[in-house]
Amino acid sequence: MQSEPPIHPDAGSPASAASEAATSAPGRVVLDDVAIRRALMRIAHEVVERNDDLDRLYLVGVPNGGVPLARRLAKSLHEVADLEPVVGILDTTLYRDDVLTSGERPRLRVTEMPSAVDEQIVILVDDVCSTGRTIRAAMDALMDFGRPRAVQVVALVDRGHRELPIKIDYVGKNIPTRSEDRVKMRPGREEGLLEVALIEAAGESERGEAS
Amino acid sequence: MMGTDLLAIEDLSREDIELVLETAGHMQEVGRRDVKKVPTLRGRTIINLFFESSTRTRTSFEIAGKRLSADVVNFSPSSSSLKKSESILDTAKTLDAMDPDAVVVRHAVAGVPKRIADELAAPVINAGDGAHEHPTQALLDLLTVKERKGRIDGLTVTIIGDIAHSRVARSNIYGFTKLGAEVRVAAPPTMIPANVDCLGVKAFGSLREALDGADVVMALRIQMERLTGAYFPSVREYSGTFGLDRAKLRFAKDDVIVMHPGPVNRGVELAHDLADGRPSVILDQVRNGVAIRMAVLYLLAGRRPESEA
Repeated sequence: MQSEPPIHPDAGSPASAASEAATSAPGRVVLDDVAIRRALMRIAHEVVERNDDLDRLYLVGVPNGGVPLARRLAKSLHEVADLEPVVGILDTTLYRDDVLTSGERPRLRVTEMPSAVDEQIVILVDDVCSTGRTIRAAMDALMDFGRPRAVQVVALVDRGHRELPIKIDYVGKNIPTRSEDRVKMRPGREEGLLEVALIEAAGESERGEAS
Repeated sequence: MMGTDLLAIEDLSREDIELVLETAGHMQEVGRRDVKKVPTLRGRTIINLFFESSTRTRTSFEIAGKRLSADVVNFSPSSSSLKKSESILDTAKTLDAMDPDAVVVRHAVAGVPKRIADELAAPVINAGDGAHEHPTQALLDLLTVKERKGRIDGLTVTIIGDIAHSRVARSNIYGFTKLGAEVRVAAPPTMIPANVDCLGVKAFGSLREALDGADVVMALRIQMERLTGAYFPSVREYSGTFGLDRAKLRFAKDDVIVMHPGPVNRGVELAHDLADGRPSVILDQVRNGVAIRMAVLYLLAGRRPESEA
């Protein structure tokens, strides 16, 4: 279908060429492209196993990372059960609970919901889930588009630190982290590839030296 | 990035303008939903402070604020204590004490929004001040052109009418030139400011030459009550020479679009059949006005200057 949009274009690192990014990008790769594909294939099986009314599946990617993942999950569902779910994009920025408290307003991202969600089984797809606040915002946004029969959540990475009673239905990989660490999905070594990196916050020793 | 007020397009960088246009593009999507309301500015208050009457602009700001879930309060002189000779700044300070998160100001005198912004803690958005600027109008015009043409850079934009007294013209001249368009103005010499070339535009006394190869033609509203007799001999003569009709439009490009900030004096600035339907995009301008004002409110409402405590 469409080409995948860049992941986290405002991530701060130049990340100009995908090939460069892999060598110069910070952090440790915890999921490479093959691992991401395997995880999504397993999740596709789980989705098929847990839902009866598979014709009502409606995948919704949360930008930026959730969008290419939702497209890949749709392909996996096609391979696994010959399904062709609708794929939408839902930006949660206007629903965030911190949008006015942070200084500059975050940039808005694309929302593209190709059809109504009424009576559909909506599967929200995000790259990294932590506090649960993005999923909370996504659920509120989703309700403005209709009344889904059910809402389920896919997260490629669950790093814990939940601050809201949000449960992830399908997890690609649990990655225990400290809350100061960062986990990012980004373009991989070659074009079209994805990877997830864990960027650990400066350790105690480094901080000691700096001061 | 942008400061905390929106007073003039002249103050904005190209990046600022592009950020507003990009944000407005996403706000257009909100406007196409069944539920056209998002919770972003819930619990925030926006005051529309209109010293000069305006239905369209005020309504557009009101709808924009409400679509972002803000509480919008309209305050206009007929219902206010201005009649009791309270000064403008006292009025503004009184409103400020009610802790609004943004104040939208229109006034017949240039510079009043700036004076008010200097006094208030809340962000001030200029909704038109005298013959100075009308920044949200220019932004919505830019959005409309970008939507229709896919770009602004390299386009030829012809603005026809009372350039000297038009805040719409001034804001658009700044906006379109900053984004890389060539701007031409066409009007009787009495309506073209002497130093107009300082703004980076070319002035034409002949409409035909000004229209030659134009991608966008913007006709300005003639304030007939103010101008007849002073700046041109008669309305009839003006519309004969500078009124736009399909015959004159042939000199422009085939895919030209026709814009007007409204309300149109039909048969004066625009022929009757040009005011409705193609190639006119007047109703797109109105629609985009809501998205632009949502974008501006999203980017500014509730922000405080960082340097001052």
